[in-house]
Amino acid sequence: MHRIIIVLLAAALASCEVRVGTGAESDGAYVAPRGPGGVNPDLNGVWQALNEANYDLERHMARPSMSLRDGPYGPLPDLATVRLGAVASVPPSLGVVEGGTIPYTPEALAIRDENRKHWIERDPEIKCFLPGIPRATYMPQPFRILQGDKEIEIVYQWAGAVRNIYSEDPGPAPVDSWMGQSVASWEDDTLVLTVTGLIEQTWLDRAGNHHSNQMTVVERYTPTGPNHLRYEATIEDPETFTRPWKISMPLYRRMEPNAMILDFKCVAFVEELMYGQWRRNPLPRWPETDE
Amino acid sequence: MDSTRTERAKSQRAMHWVVVAFGIAAAVLIVVATRMAWGEIPRTADGKPDLSGYYDTATITPLERRGDDEFLTEERAEFNANRAAQGLAEGSADQDPNREAPPVGGDGSRGAAGNVGGYDSFWVDPGEKNFQIDGKYRTSIVIDPPNGRRPPITDEARQRMANMYRGMRRQNDGTAWWLENDGPGPYDGPEIRPLPDRCLLGFGSTAGPPMLPTLYNNHKRIVQTPDHIMILTEMVHDARIVRMNSEHAPDDVRRWLGDSIGWWEGDTLVVDTIHFNDTPSMRQASRNLHVVERFTRIDENSLLYNFTVEDPSTWEAPWTGEYVWPQTDEAVYEYACHEGNYSMGNILRGARRLERDAMAAQAETSGDE
Repeated sequence: MHRIIIVLLAAALASCEVRVGTGAESDGAYVAPRGPGGVNPDLNGVWQALNEANYDLERHMARPSMSLRDGPYGPLPDLATVRLGAVASVPPSLGVVEGGTIPYTPEALAIRDENRKHWIERDPEIKCFLPGIPRATYMPQPFRILQGDKEIEIVYQWAGAVRNIYSEDPGPAPVDSWMGQSVASWEDDTLVLTVTGLIEQTWLDRAGNHHSNQMTVVERYTPTGPNHLRYEATIEDPETFTRPWKISMPLYRRMEPNAMILDFKCVAFVEELMYGQWRRNPLPRWPETDE
Repeated sequence: MDSTRTERAKSQRAMHWVVVAFGIAAAVLIVVATRMAWGEIPRTADGKPDLSGYYDTATITPLERRGDDEFLTEERAEFNANRAAQGLAEGSADQDPNREAPPVGGDGSRGAAGNVGGYDSFWVDPGEKNFQIDGKYRTSIVIDPPNGRRPPITDEARQRMANMYRGMRRQNDGTAWWLENDGPGPYDGPEIRPLPDRCLLGFGSTAGPPMLPTLYNNHKRIVQTPDHIMILTEMVHDARIVRMNSEHAPDDVRRWLGDSIGWWEGDTLVVDTIHFNDTPSMRQASRNLHVVERFTRIDENSLLYNFTVEDPSTWEAPWTGEYVWPQTDEAVYEYACHEGNYSMGNILRGARRLERDAMAAQAETSGDE
C-alpha cells in the first residue's frame, strides 16, 4: 500500500512541475499556480489595497480635512479635526469609479452631500462599526484570504471583520447584516463573490457615499501576477443609483515574510467617544481651544 | 487582446486543464488510498485530515464534575437530554401578550435583577445533550486532574481576583449602593464592565482558547489551508488564524486570543497558544496563559477537541479537558455586538441616574434635619 502511495505522490508532483512550467510561459495572460485542491488559482495570502478609495471613491482633489467648515477664503478644517492639521487632510485621487462619478438618483445624491457635511457624526468607521462590502476591501489595513480545497473565507484586520462566504447558495439571507451574505463561485481564474443581505447602515467611504439594503455587490478577484489581484466590484441598488456601476483597483500582496493579521479591536478605542460622557467622573470631552 | 493571443491563451488554458485534471486524478487516488490506509475520515487534497466545516459545540456537560462519578449512566444521559429539551420547549412557549408587568425590582426568582424579564429560551442555545466519547458519557469536560475539577488557584490569582472585584459583587437592587464604598464602583465607566458587555469578546471563553461551550452561539467554522487554519467563533466574530509550522510572534505583540501556531502530529492538529493580553477569554487566567489544543477527527461527523491549560500565575498545576464538536448543517452568522450595543450606554446612564437620585435623597434628608 505504501509503495502505491509513493508512486502516486510522485505522479502528482510530476504533474505540478509541468503545470508551473505552463504558467511561466504565458505571455500576458497570467496563469496563477493552483491553490489547495489543485483546481482554482491560489489566492491565499495577506492582501491590501494601496489607494485613496476609503477617503473618496470618486475622482477628487486634495482637501484640507475630512471634515470641513466655511472659512473666509474657502473651506477649512472644522473644529473637531483642525488640531490634527495635515494628518486629517484628504489625499487626491483619480478615483476608482469607472466613468468617474457614482450614478446617484437626485434624492440619494442630496443624502450623500448631507452625509459629507456631517461626516464626523455619521461615518460608521469613526465608531468602529463593521465596514461592510466593498469598503472592507480598501480599508487601510490588510486582510487574509483563506482558501481551502472547497471553502473560502476572508478575515480583515480592521475591526476583526469576517464574512459569511458560502460555496453553495443557501437562498436569500435570513436577515441583513453588516458584512452581508456572500456566495462564492469561480469564472475561469476569477473568484466571484455575490454579496446580498447588506444592511443600509454601512458607508462606501469617508466622503458620505452610501447605499440602501437593496444593494447587491458582485466582487471579482483575479490574479494578475504572483503578488497582485485585480479587484472589481459591481454595485447595483435601484433605490440609490440609476444604474449599476463599478469600482476597480489592484490589490497587493503584503510582501513582508512575517506578514500576518494582527489585532485591531477598535471597539475599545471608541468607548471614550461613544460612552465617555456617561462616566462617573467624565474626562474633559473636547480639546479646549486656546483663548 | 487580439484573437491570436486569445486563442493562444485558450489553448494554454486547455493544456493547463489537462495537466490539472491529471493532478486531480492522482490526488483523488492518493486520498482514496490513504483513507483505506488510515481509516474513514475526510482528508484534504494534501492528505491531511480535513477539519473544515461548521460545528455546534453546545453541550450540557459542565466544565467541572459536580458529584463523584466519572461517567453518567445511559439512563441518566437520556433523562438529562429529555429534561433539557423540555426546559427549552417550555421556555419557548408563547407568552400571554396581555400579562402583567413584573413587580418593580423583580419577582425575586432567578434571573437578572430578580427576574424583571430578560432572555427566555428563544434567545439561548445551551445544547440538549451530554457529549459521548467511546460510547461513554463523561460527567465533566475536565479529565485531568482525574477528579474532573480544575486544580486550586494560586494565592497570587486569589489576590488578583480580590483586587479586580473589590466592591463590585452585588446584585443590582435599584440603588446606588456603591456610593457607600471607597474606591471604584461597578458602573464607573466602560472599562470596568466585563469584556462581553463591551463587545470585546464573547462570554464563557467561547473563543478561548480554550474554547468552551456556553449559553448560546456555540457555532464554529473551520477553514483549512496547508499553511493556515482559521477557527471562527460566532460570538463575537472572533477568528483565530493558526499559522502552521511557524514560530510565535514576538512576545510584546499581545493578542486578545493569544498567538497561535500549529502542526500535525499524525492525524491530530496541535495548536500552541501564548502571548495573551492581560485579560484572556478564560476566566481567572492571566497573560501568562499557555494553551495547547488538539483537534482530532474521530469520525465523518465530529472532532474531538482536547486542551491543556497552563498558567502558573493562576492554577497550581496544568489541567486538561476534552469534549466533542459535532459537525452541523447550520451556518455561522454575523454576531454584530458593538454595532447594536445600546446596553453599555444604558448601564452607565442608569448608574448616573441612581447616583443623582441618591444624592438628591441625601440632600433632602440633611435639609430636613
